[in-house]
Amino acid sequence: MRDATMKWLAALIGAVMMVLTPAAATSAAANDIELSFYYPIAVGGPIPKIIDGYVADFEKENPGIKIKAIYAGTYQDTLTKALTAFKSGEPPDIAILLSTDMFTLIDEDAIAPFDDLLKTDADKAWAKSFFPAFMENSQTGGKTWGIPFQRSTIVMFWNKDAFKEAGLDPDKAPDTWDELVADGGKLTKRDASGNVSQWGVEIPSTGFPYWLFQGLTTANNVRLMNEAGTATYFDKPGVVEALQYWVDLSRKYQIQPQGTIEWGTTPKDFFERKTAIMWTSTGNLTNVRNNAKFPFGVAMLPAHQGRGSPTGGGNFYLFKKMTDAERAAAFKFVIWMTSPERAADWGIATGYVAVRPDAWDTPTMKKYVADFPAAAVARDQLKYAVAELSTHDNQRVTKVLNDGLQAALTGTKTPQQAMQDAQQEATRLLKPYQ
Amino acid sequence: MHGVEPIAGAPAALPPQARFTGVTPARLAVHVYGWLLLLPAAVLLITFTHYPAIATLVDSFYSTPRGRRAAVFVGLDNYQAMLADPVFWRALQNNIIYAASVIPLTVVLALAMAVLINGNIKGRALLRLSFFTPTVLPMIAVANVWLFFYSPGYGLFDQLFGLFGTTTHNWLGDRHTALACLIAVAVWKDAGFFMIFYLAALQQISPQLAEAAAIEGASRWYVFRRITFPLLMPTTLFVLVNAIINSFRLVDHIVVMTEGGPDNTTALLLFYIYEVGFKFWDTAYAATLTVVLLVLLAFLALGQFLLFDRKIHYQ
Repeated sequence: MRDATMKWLAALIGAVMMVLTPAAATSAAANDIELSFYYPIAVGGPIPKIIDGYVADFEKENPGIKIKAIYAGTYQDTLTKALTAFKSGEPPDIAILLSTDMFTLIDEDAIAPFDDLLKTDADKAWAKSFFPAFMENSQTGGKTWGIPFQRSTIVMFWNKDAFKEAGLDPDKAPDTWDELVADGGKLTKRDASGNVSQWGVEIPSTGFPYWLFQGLTTANNVRLMNEAGTATYFDKPGVVEALQYWVDLSRKYQIQPQGTIEWGTTPKDFFERKTAIMWTSTGNLTNVRNNAKFPFGVAMLPAHQGRGSPTGGGNFYLFKKMTDAERAAAFKFVIWMTSPERAADWGIATGYVAVRPDAWDTPTMKKYVADFPAAAVARDQLKYAVAELSTHDNQRVTKVLNDGLQAALTGTKTPQQAMQDAQQEATRLLKPYQ
Repeated sequence: MHGVEPIAGAPAALPPQARFTGVTPARLAVHVYGWLLLLPAAVLLITFTHYPAIATLVDSFYSTPRGRRAAVFVGLDNYQAMLADPVFWRALQNNIIYAASVIPLTVVLALAMAVLINGNIKGRALLRLSFFTPTVLPMIAVANVWLFFYSPGYGLFDQLFGLFGTTTHNWLGDRHTALACLIAVAVWKDAGFFMIFYLAALQQISPQLAEAAAIEGASRWYVFRRITFPLLMPTTLFVLVNAIINSFRLVDHIVVMTEGGPDNTTALLLFYIYEVGFKFWDTAYAATLTVVLLVLLAFLALGQFLLFDRKIHYQ
């Protein structure tokens, strides 16, 4: 047995030693262009089925191009996977990632801008066909790095039954900060021992509190960062004021639970009538429509000095490592995926805001909005929308702000102190990029 | 062992000239045979343990490569930055509190449960099953279930406490209770697992020992303290080592339940390492933090073995 093994081994080694000519690795040159495409899922619904359907349709219309669509987890997972693959030399060709990941991807030298691909007039017109608010997070330094696909804004949902019970007009949502406080006071149900069975409002503060916070700062007419992503303005008086208002909702007016409010369970709180008003992403629209057992309304965020909401969600990115033919094919796919019909279809299926005005003029979208006017609120709010917080070293700067916000909301720091500390740390982090 | 002797004889069987012409297939085969036997273990150990550990140590002395900027040697800069990083200190402090609570609670609970179901009581099989169930559930699922236990207002805890008329509490959103909530989940999850080891050990102990002690008039507590517990020491060491590793290694529930918030009150070391490495992409700093975690764990394990070894009676 052993001798047999030894002989076999010796023969094998001998063979390897003699045959030193390298194997001619001639793979059959495929004519098809094959592209890998990573996408995340951040809302409910049969997303992989929808995406696979789009890909199949595209391949049918464009023979010779094969798209390998890969579901890669949450936004965070997808970025992690795409960057890990990039660092090991095999990046995806196309990916949908957060619009705010733009600076991170540029700093890693992972993506290429779309500008060089815009050759014909039709291409140039296409690049200008999106809502300007969505392009704010897609362009920097005069170049377009991302193309809007699954984008959202924050909107306010309110429970019409609860409004009626509180003696409020069920068809009118609070339109200003003061009205929110006044209505919230009437909507908060508190028994003799101080136990609250229904809160006035919930603005979630876990996961990405900075995004919800931008709904307040934008209404207070302040911005959190510059367009180049190299400076933040966390300690501006308007920003501190906005945070003070958020903290006051819990502590002074007592119409919102104290401490941080879980993003994931906020819709459930709304369905369970634990809160009469909630702020959340438009991406939850279909979820609320399916699960709320009471009439509900959708409104723009209340105004103060001004009005507005940050945009959010994901863009198409093209990675750098591609041949010209592959790049052209990838570009074709992105154009196809963002056509007005597709944008309308995608928006209806998910609740995301259809990313271009002409998508809203398509017959299917017109019919949808006629049946369900709430769907148009996010679109109408877009003219007041601003870019989501995005800077160089984005995740870190964002965390600094998130920590500051949570410190203020849990009472560890005053809003003034929290924002001063956050600004100081953000300035330090951004120093290398100035 | 019988396979070894003939190998030694193999070279002698070669024609004499072969020994001097250097490499011949047959001669090589002897060495290759030996190395092949070692190969599976060596490959696994080197690729997944030794190489990453050394690469991590090396990376911690370099800057993070970004885009076209390659990594450069920065000496101890990363370590200096770490000492000045308040989040690191917070995570370390949290982790110490977490470990110091989870480990004793888990071990005591595991032992108590094992003693309970080792005896002859009614519904023993059901009890064993229910104690062990949390262990077989994946941590992600457990964390999602507990997330709803803790939800203010309609969560299990608020409904239970509501029966006694207490007000609702924002368990995970309050920085005074958030870490305690995560500790409870970890204890609930791990106690059943360690119970199995104690149970197995208890069943190995000869009942004659307890009977003999009883004849001498020893109380049950005395028997447990002077006979059962000392005999369980090898198991206790094993359980302690694992409990300590777990308290630094398992952070899935943090990702699901709090993401380290509010304001880093539930950030543990490994969670922070993940955040720095895969969210901030500061790989050099993540390597630095990993080195600290490795050294910390190595010292803890070493200390345990040195400290307990003398006190342990191996049967």
